[in-house]
Amino acid sequence: MKNIFLFIRRYFTFLSFLLLQVVSIILLSNASKTHEAFFSSSVNEVTGNFNQGYNNLRGYFGLKEINRQLAEENARLKNMLSSNFQASDTSVKTIIDTLVRDTLGRSRKFTYLPAHVVNSSYTLQSNFLTLERGAAQGVKKGMAVTGPQGIVGVVVEVSPNYSRVMSLLHRNSKVSAMMKKDNSAGSVEWDGVDPSHLILRNVTKGSKVAVGDTVLTSNYSANFPPKLIIGTVAGISSEASSNFYTLKIKTATNFFNVQYVYLIENVRYAEQMQLETSQPKTP
Amino acid sequence: MSSLLKNMIRFVLFILFQVVILNEVPPLHQFIVPYVYFLFLLWLPFSINRFLLLVIAFLFGLTLDFFTGTPGLHAAPCVLIAYIRPYLLNLIIPQETTEQSYLEPSPRNIGWAPYGLYVGLLSFAHHFYLVLIEWLQFGNFLFFIGKVLGTTGISLLLIFITELLFNRKGKHRTNAA
Repeated sequence: MKNIFLFIRRYFTFLSFLLLQVVSIILLSNASKTHEAFFSSSVNEVTGNFNQGYNNLRGYFGLKEINRQLAEENARLKNMLSSNFQASDTSVKTIIDTLVRDTLGRSRKFTYLPAHVVNSSYTLQSNFLTLERGAAQGVKKGMAVTGPQGIVGVVVEVSPNYSRVMSLLHRNSKVSAMMKKDNSAGSVEWDGVDPSHLILRNVTKGSKVAVGDTVLTSNYSANFPPKLIIGTVAGISSEASSNFYTLKIKTATNFFNVQYVYLIENVRYAEQMQLETSQPKTP
Repeated sequence: MSSLLKNMIRFVLFILFQVVILNEVPPLHQFIVPYVYFLFLLWLPFSINRFLLLVIAFLFGLTLDFFTGTPGLHAAPCVLIAYIRPYLLNLIIPQETTEQSYLEPSPRNIGWAPYGLYVGLLSFAHHFYLVLIEWLQFGNFLFFIGKVLGTTGISLLLIFITELLFNRKGKHRTNAA
């Protein structure tokens, strides 16, 4: 017994070094296993508060660009107003207002919540954004996040007033995508090389891909609504041994200056997840 | 100013500098990420207790991790360099003269060449371990080698500039302290 104490006393520094290393590695492996930022909500609140203060200052420098983006989006939305469409007298085409559709029994599936970005990173291998909107304001884990120009990421961690988003620029990020041209599906990942380019895998070689084609979110995604812009094809590489293209995608979102985003809630997300994870009964 | 207070202020300033400025720098290249925050650990006094040094390093690394969203990624390399530091100082510095007369390592106190070796080896160890952890998660050998060298180079450059900017006085240790 005495020898054990002597041993511990003698190698105390080394043992504490080993202990701290093990703690760090456990923290890290927990975090990447669950694809989540492994933080207590309280820490999230503290860093969030700090980032909010800093962001108030920094926001002024981006106001012009944000204005342009919002004006552009407004213009696009105004173009879709039903008052802009006039049925000509001879036409048989009828315009159906969305409100009318809803009373015809179509129920809402996606809701959009605006949020302010208070922190974002793009220089690391695993990048996150922090939004100033949390569980108290209706944010849930797994909600999709899109910017004015294109999609941004998925919510992985929620505290009462802040939420953390795993950006598309994360080595664990994976989003189901399709080509706009012929709906052939694939999945978008990031290889950690360049923050303005993503990688789209598993697009079949039967699809006629060209540089400049638009890539959208697919119908198969549970959290993203279909047909949101992800980016455009910037490069095509095909290996002879594979049946699939590996495409380089220029992101539609400029991750360097994201300031306002929309959180998208799929009202039937829980229902779909429950059905998909339940074990089918074998007859 | 007391050594404790001074180091507490440094702790906050180094974290803020890394989070607010360096992590916001648009990436020039995949291999080049500017890191200087660990200079805080290299500037701690000679006389600090080894166990305390490890604990401070762990907390320091973890604080940065809270901001970057990667718990443990920076804490592990920080603990490593905190563990190596006393051994390295023993090796490259004539103990009797320096440690007794000066408070903390700086180029003025121990000379540019030994200080350069000290900083160079520790930042290499830090980046080697940091990128090793990233590499085990993602894998690509060229990425590993390139990033270790690129990041170490840019760190040394930044540390050199920092030393020139903040010319810390070679403060003598007094009996009162």
